[in-house]
Amino acid sequence: MDKLISELKEQIAAQLKMKNIKPEDIGDDEPLFGAGLGLDSLDVLELIVLLKQKYKLRVASAEDGQKVFRSVRTMAEYITANQVQTA
Amino acid sequence: MSAAVFVAGAGIISGIGNNVPECLSALENSTTGIDRISYLRTNHQGILPASEVRLSNAELALLSGFSPPTSRNVMLSMVAAKEAWDNSGINSIQGLRTGFVSATTIGGMDKTENFFIDFVADRKKGRLRDLAYHECGNVSQAVAEKLGIKHHVSTISTACSSSANAIMYGARLIKHNMLDAVIAGGTDALARFTLNGFNTLLILDEQYCQPFDENRRGLNLGEGAGYIVLVSERVAKALKKEPDCSLTGYCNFNDAYHQTASSPDGDGPYGAMTGALRMSGLQPKDIDYINLHGTGTSNNDSSEGAAIKRLFEPHYPKMSSTKTFTGHTLGASAGIEAVFSILSIKEGIVYPNLRLQTPMAELPFVPETSFSRDQNIKNVLSNSFGFGGNCSSLIFSKN
Amino acid sequence: MKVYIRSAACISPQKTFENSSFLDEVVEHTGNRLNCIEPDYHDIIDPKLTRRMSRVIKMSVASAFACLKQAGLDKPGAIVTGTAYGCLEDTGTFLTNMVEQDEEPLSPVAFVQSTHNTIGAQIALLLKCNGYNNTFVNGSISFENALLDAMMMLTENVDNILVGGMDEITDMSHAILIRTGLYKRTSISNFDLFKSTSKGTIGGEGASFFVLTNTTSENDLACIDAVSTFHKPGDMVETTRHIESFFEAQDINNTNIDLLILGNNGDAKNDEIYSQLKQSVFNGVASVNYKNLCGEYPVSTAFASWIGANIIKSNHIPESLNPERSKKAPIRRVLIYNHYQNIHHSLILLSSC
Repeated sequence: MDKLISELKEQIAAQLKMKNIKPEDIGDDEPLFGAGLGLDSLDVLELIVLLKQKYKLRVASAEDGQKVFRSVRTMAEYITANQVQTA
Repeated sequence: MSAAVFVAGAGIISGIGNNVPECLSALENSTTGIDRISYLRTNHQGILPASEVRLSNAELALLSGFSPPTSRNVMLSMVAAKEAWDNSGINSIQGLRTGFVSATTIGGMDKTENFFIDFVADRKKGRLRDLAYHECGNVSQAVAEKLGIKHHVSTISTACSSSANAIMYGARLIKHNMLDAVIAGGTDALARFTLNGFNTLLILDEQYCQPFDENRRGLNLGEGAGYIVLVSERVAKALKKEPDCSLTGYCNFNDAYHQTASSPDGDGPYGAMTGALRMSGLQPKDIDYINLHGTGTSNNDSSEGAAIKRLFEPHYPKMSSTKTFTGHTLGASAGIEAVFSILSIKEGIVYPNLRLQTPMAELPFVPETSFSRDQNIKNVLSNSFGFGGNCSSLIFSKN
Repeated sequence: MKVYIRSAACISPQKTFENSSFLDEVVEHTGNRLNCIEPDYHDIIDPKLTRRMSRVIKMSVASAFACLKQAGLDKPGAIVTGTAYGCLEDTGTFLTNMVEQDEEPLSPVAFVQSTHNTIGAQIALLLKCNGYNNTFVNGSISFENALLDAMMMLTENVDNILVGGMDEITDMSHAILIRTGLYKRTSISNFDLFKSTSKGTIGGEGASFFVLTNTTSENDLACIDAVSTFHKPGDMVETTRHIESFFEAQDINNTNIDLLILGNNGDAKNDEIYSQLKQSVFNGVASVNYKNLCGEYPVSTAFASWIGANIIKSNHIPESLNPERSKKAPIRRVLIYNHYQNIHHSLILLSSC
């Protein structure tokens, strides 16, 4: 899980073009949206693309995305849970 | 600055017909243009429905007078602009200062995206002539040249409100006595670029769209072109036939809330509608029909609905989204819907909001669900709200 | 009603952004592409927001902000932009992704930001400006269309209108334009652009913004008296006729224009038109060129307007523009004349306030 979390941070920073933020500075449980990292609804869509491209997982709607992408940890948990199911 | 701007003609091509009479017939018969994609080559065929013009590029070439490698968007624009021009009777008057103000979001992207298939692999590949109409302005110039319009040509691109802004700009050029007659409106062909773009925003409906329905799932794209001929009072008096109606109010207002979403309270739509009413001198209760922007997305319909509630409560006029027929034609939508608004006044008709099953619970009004005729339609409000917070409303009134 | 330029700001291939001196030094570029000299946006735009912005958006937002600051405004009454190409970087990204990934999955941000009105919309969003917002996209007269819109609006009870013209070069667009034969095949210095007799010009880009108002102040740079465009004239007779009609309508002639700013671009065939006009309708009028400073691009007249407004305000033609003869008398009336590939021609008349 830690390895996945670390990889995810790198991928998020790259996908969302966060040049001024180092991946390791993103907290595992830090809220990604609102007061935390300050991401918005367009970023949710970018993360949905990330999940599909890198992990072949589909998130059906932006509303579902808000739950999955609450923090890096919730993302990692979603990936782990759904990849196990498809194995 | 002279006040009156009249509508002398209208032209249209869309998924429900290749001209005004065909579209009118489809509207009367509740025949939607939304269907399985069959003309555009895309991996989304069979998955995403759309409302395509029922003509191949070869057939459009014959109809428009352009040769086949021409961008589909140019040909659509030509067909509708020419119909508007011809039925306005403007050609019978000599020495007019005429203009063409056209709107589009894609320009010649239908050809550019084909160029890119080869270009991406090797930057020396791809046929340069496929880029001849890439720039939006080249689409307008090509049509203006064929129509013989030289005095003024401009092109506007403000996402889904584009042709409303083109109509407004055309009207203002007349009011400032810079032009006597303007063909104004817009065009957009279906392209993989926009289909994929909207798909990636997760706002496309894989079924036939249901605007203003509680369980709506998103929008269906469409293609087409719609233009109206605006003339000054002096020209209107010189024409043989009575003008269809007047453009009595308009407003361009920016929501300034988010890049793609509208504010939940509908501030942008509210601002555009109140601005148009203020200019027209009308009260909300004077509006007989609203042609809704009504895309079928969760966000637009809530936002537009909230704005209508704020402005019109408790007297709600009849209203409907004709995107249930034509799909969302983006840069052409306000032009196409201007034509429908004008026909509503001229023919005394109101269109249904197709496929409405469960009215939105948050709204105290319900759009029309059937076609009606013999209506006394004096004033029509037409809404167009686009990405970038670009909100525009037009008001047409019986003379 | 007079139209005053209250302020003007631009980002260009010269050191023009937030520089208290006016073209005192000229930056040399070699090759056939002049890229803008961009500021550090860190202090100008919230870094959390710049991450998504392409170059043309950043250049435009920064110029717009500087222009408003100069005018002492928090937000304008309206925003009107003109761009021929729009947001090329994002358009190219999305198209490339679409091809490489066979239509999915694709970047939503690139799509949203590829639309031509993104620039004007971003400015409105950042400033929470609800005013009129429009974007013109008619090739090389897009900036002139925007000016005309703003000038009409100033008589419609709207004031402090932010007007801008912007176009960018990207690697892809440059590769394509090279193939069209627009640019010189051999590398030259922009300093030598008008000495070269080879075919072609050099590519450029820029973002220039102005605040236009109908109320005068002592800070105004210049007035815009008139804007006019014409399309694909059949021959020099027709070109001359259009210019003469403009002169007549503005009650001007070649004896009372103090300076011409001409759009020569270093391509012999392209520049032939300017040579002929200098012997006829522009005969005897001092002139300068500007495209050696900014390169050739569709809305370059926005940059020319920035130059013209500053010349009038400072009553001085910088040496870097190589004025033909020293101009001692006050510079009260400046005419910008440009054509883009003999398709669109434009005339912008500026005067002192």
